[in-house]
Amino acid sequence: MSWVLVMPIAVPFVTAVVAYLARNYPAGRWISLAGSALSLVASAVLMVAVLNEGVVAAQMSNWNAPFGITLVADYLSAVMVVITAITGLATAIYALGEIPEETESLGFYALFQVLIAGVTGAFLTGDLFNLYVWFEVMLIASFSLLVIGGGKERLDAGIKYVALNLVSTLVFLSGIGLLYGVTGTLNMADLREAVANAENQGLITVIAMMFMVGFGVKAAVFPLFFWLPASYHTPYFTISAVFAGLLTKVGVYALMRMFTLVFVGDVGFTHEILIWVSLLTMFTGVIGAAAQSDFRKILSFHIISQIGYMTLGLALFTPLALMGGVFYLVHHIIVKANLFFVAGLAKQYAGSTDLNRIGGLYKSAPLLAALFIIPAFSLAGFPPLSGFWAKYLIVKAALELDAWFIAFVSLLVGLLTIFSMTKIWGMAFWKPHPDGIDPTPDRAPARVTLAMMIPIIALASMTIVIGFYPEPFVQFAQTAAEQLLDPSDYVTTVLGVQP
Amino acid sequence: MEALTAIVIGVLTAGSVYLMLARNFMRFLFGLILLSNAVNLTIFASGRMTKGAPALVPYGEDAPLGIVGNALPQALVLTAIVIGFGLLAFTLALAFEGYRRMNTVDTDEMRFAEPKEDVTK
Repeated sequence: MSWVLVMPIAVPFVTAVVAYLARNYPAGRWISLAGSALSLVASAVLMVAVLNEGVVAAQMSNWNAPFGITLVADYLSAVMVVITAITGLATAIYALGEIPEETESLGFYALFQVLIAGVTGAFLTGDLFNLYVWFEVMLIASFSLLVIGGGKERLDAGIKYVALNLVSTLVFLSGIGLLYGVTGTLNMADLREAVANAENQGLITVIAMMFMVGFGVKAAVFPLFFWLPASYHTPYFTISAVFAGLLTKVGVYALMRMFTLVFVGDVGFTHEILIWVSLLTMFTGVIGAAAQSDFRKILSFHIISQIGYMTLGLALFTPLALMGGVFYLVHHIIVKANLFFVAGLAKQYAGSTDLNRIGGLYKSAPLLAALFIIPAFSLAGFPPLSGFWAKYLIVKAALELDAWFIAFVSLLVGLLTIFSMTKIWGMAFWKPHPDGIDPTPDRAPARVTLAMMIPIIALASMTIVIGFYPEPFVQFAQTAAEQLLDPSDYVTTVLGVQP
Repeated sequence: MEALTAIVIGVLTAGSVYLMLARNFMRFLFGLILLSNAVNLTIFASGRMTKGAPALVPYGEDAPLGIVGNALPQALVLTAIVIGFGLLAFTLALAFEGYRRMNTVDTDEMRFAEPKEDVTK
């Protein structure tokens, strides 16, 4: 069974190597596209296996857990791998329109595929040190992608992004070292037992906080998010979109995994902190967005505010809340990547992302305007789009706990999100162009428009489908949440599997 | 032995935090290098230290005899060193390229991606 788990990681790696060799030829980009399509197939196969068996695990090189490295997929991992592959494919198509040839010959597609491989690996690993390695694979690719193409802005953004992410990695790594020192194991399923039986629970809580800080920087939660708005508006739109969709979610995933599987000994303390962190993240993010007047900067701050909802789902720690968190994660990746795609196309048409310098898109590009409305309203939580159900689950979970304040903040942040989205709508789409010209779609070559439009339409349709037929997705999220809250299946599958 | 290592880790961490608080990006990087070494030592020490007992399996045996050093942290540290080395090499190159383009290593003056002060109108 192990190939089911290995393929979603191996396909992008092999594609990266081939795409690197072909980086100077047009074939390179088609190889990348084909690789992304294959990844989607591989992740769909994994999803089917997980749907049939609940939890799938494999021991690498036939070393039994907890000694070897385990790859394991439960519902949460599987859906994250699938959504990564979908975003990857959408991005690979979008890149055909945006990435210039010079950047391609620098190995853009190879780096992109390595990034996807790193993200997928982080979702599938069942070993803590291996998780660190996947984080690094993802990071080094993201560093290069962020600064590829050069220029002062990108280098400036790159330096801040790299510096803060390296510090967070070191905090995470020393957490791993200390946890190994206390428990003597690094296998996540094995850690659950070992951490529960550890003598010094105070020390465990300290280590838990190190993990919270390390993953918190990656996820961009409240006091640790400053690298994100400093960097996400500078690279190519293709890259912003894939970063916005996937990278912070790896941090959220890691938080969800560790704080449901391993660090559950002192929920009253750790998850209480997470609640406040989440609320502050939601609020500061949305307030930060209100102060911006650049398409991508507004969207970047909204990533932060939305991350708060996902961590809130984890922090409330009830089945319904976690279900909402998982649903939110999936919905958000689709919507956020799509909004960055729209921003890129808007720039192609109107010439800038500074909202004060563009306008008139509604008149000249009504299709794009319609395609912006779908993810934007979904982000704000309008029924019947996907974001409505995600927010509904979280708010309902808060109300069930009689946590009125939390429910109030969630709804308030939703309201403020509408404010920012209408700002983009009013300034980029409705207002006439300040230069008195009509931004015409003809300004971009047909090939470019087509390559950029396909992923936008595809992701917008997914948002609508999730919005109108939420039932199967909600049920899936429910099972995922049940598995997270009661990981006995996860633990027995990992520790009991014979190679 | 662990106590001595712990003190060394503490000193390294203190020094690295001092360096990382500087505005000069190069000093920050040196701090990062120190911190990365402190973390590597932490992993190494967390596997407990055994003096003069290499983790070797004698010829003809299936497992090491008696007490040997813990080999796992050594493998982890080796991995962490290699990864850390790669990342630092990249970051140094980035710092150099950043210096060439922006003409500064003072992080307060690196305000190209973000506004210098509040300029939202």
